[in-house]
Amino acid sequence: MTDSPRLRVNPAACSGHGNCAELLPELITLDEWGYPLLAEGGVPAGLSRQARRAVRDCPALALMLSAPVHSVPVHSVPVHSEETQKLPRRPA
Amino acid sequence: MSVDYLAAAGPPPAAPPAGLPRLIPACAPADAGADHRSDKQSLAGHLARLGPLRYPARPGGLIAEAEAAGLTGRGGAAFPVHRKLAAVAGQARERRRAVVVANGAEGEPASGKDAALLWGAPHLVLDGLQLAAQATGATEAFLYARRGEELSRRLLGALRQRAAAGLDRVEVEFVQAPDAFLAGEETALASWINGGPARPAFKQPPVYERGVAGLPTLVQNVETLAQLALIARFGAGWFRALGTAAEPGTMLATIHRADGGSYVTEASLGTPLTALLPAELAGPGAPADTVRAVLVGGYHGAWLAPEQAAGLSLSNASLRPAGAFAGAGVLAALPAGRCGLAETARVGRYLALESAGQCGPCFNGLPHIAGALGELAGPRPRRQALADVQRWAGLVTGRGACHHPDGFVRFVRSALTVFRAELDAHARGRCTATDHTPFLPVPAGPPAREPR
Repeated sequence: MTDSPRLRVNPAACSGHGNCAELLPELITLDEWGYPLLAEGGVPAGLSRQARRAVRDCPALALMLSAPVHSVPVHSVPVHSEETQKLPRRPA
Repeated sequence: MSVDYLAAAGPPPAAPPAGLPRLIPACAPADAGADHRSDKQSLAGHLARLGPLRYPARPGGLIAEAEAAGLTGRGGAAFPVHRKLAAVAGQARERRRAVVVANGAEGEPASGKDAALLWGAPHLVLDGLQLAAQATGATEAFLYARRGEELSRRLLGALRQRAAAGLDRVEVEFVQAPDAFLAGEETALASWINGGPARPAFKQPPVYERGVAGLPTLVQNVETLAQLALIARFGAGWFRALGTAAEPGTMLATIHRADGGSYVTEASLGTPLTALLPAELAGPGAPADTVRAVLVGGYHGAWLAPEQAAGLSLSNASLRPAGAFAGAGVLAALPAGRCGLAETARVGRYLALESAGQCGPCFNGLPHIAGALGELAGPRPRRQALADVQRWAGLVTGRGACHHPDGFVRFVRSALTVFRAELDAHARGRCTATDHTPFLPVPAGPPAREPR
């Protein structure tokens, strides 16, 4: 139970750019497909500036520093090209 | 018109069904061609069987009754129904509008219970949808059901009968669900009804706050609504007469027998699995000579060894310690003589293709795992293949916007435990199976992706 903010990732928005792992290697590593693995626990005070930068610089707006759940911003931006989307789209 | 239908129902109220079945009336062959009064699926037949739909005097009445009944969602997650009702009702009070959806998408290929219920008791589901609308203060209602020409015709007919009888307070719009494993996931459902793709969303905010048309949305499985309609008529005490104290009532189950037959049945929670699969788990030579394993809870569920399954019952209290759960009531007895690894690999490939393709760990990890499972199901897999599956399984767990990767991993890991002897045999280049025909149902060909 700590009040320090936590990193969260919206997995549906994340497209594996990997910027976050470069900016915050202390807390974020990449899996073998290039998607972020977040360290357990909150962001220590000494890393909060880097954490905010990683959030701000995420090209997919997928990385978040958690506030209370309800104020987490919604990102439903489609990040993959149409060819990779398998499910039907609404007909034009 | 309305008077005619209600008069045909006879003097209310009808006696509550004693014993089983409660949900889908037994249909004698003679019923099929008879007039509408004896056709139990027609509105008149439905009202004759169960009596008229009665709304509680105050909207909160049903929420309290659902809580007293201990009703949980029958779509698989077993979430307490009264909590969902109360959450949407609370949002609807602020927003003045809300949506209710009867979810009959049933994307699970091994499940047939929602389609059977919609076919056999459409009006019970639609009663439940109206009651849920009243309880939450919803102003719009949707019936979301799997594709199928005959089923659609029947459901549209049922909606017309109700409109003619002036029975419904909230108009119901019928929407066909796409053929996708995840079509019934509630954020995918909301997206589809909103005109988007049926893909799960990162659940912030949850659909009970912002779902269909951005409104507070209640999504309940069709069976849950049917159970709610019975509770509204006959009360929580009647509901609790079957089932266990912790998990009251009944649930529909889709049973796949070892002889290849499958059917939908209604069973009390807590029914021993030996009673649901008697020949397989309790017959002569059972269970060792009759079944290789039992799949419980569908393709997000778990394989159980026959001896273990024979000691368990259809309830989460019994199944959870074994790593399984009742889910939406799918039970499949894989016959002795089949290869559990081949079945797992085939279903795993299907599930990997059914990933919505949004979350990196899922759309990368599931095909990798499925590929390695295919190798393990063949002769002399690389030594590394099993370690790969285990590593990737850890990497995808908990890293999707929905629970697809988690359910997939549960299914796969249970296979690696239950089919350990087969893994060893395959490593030595042998398969103990004598029959290699596929057993578990998987839709043929690539996943259907045609637009609506």
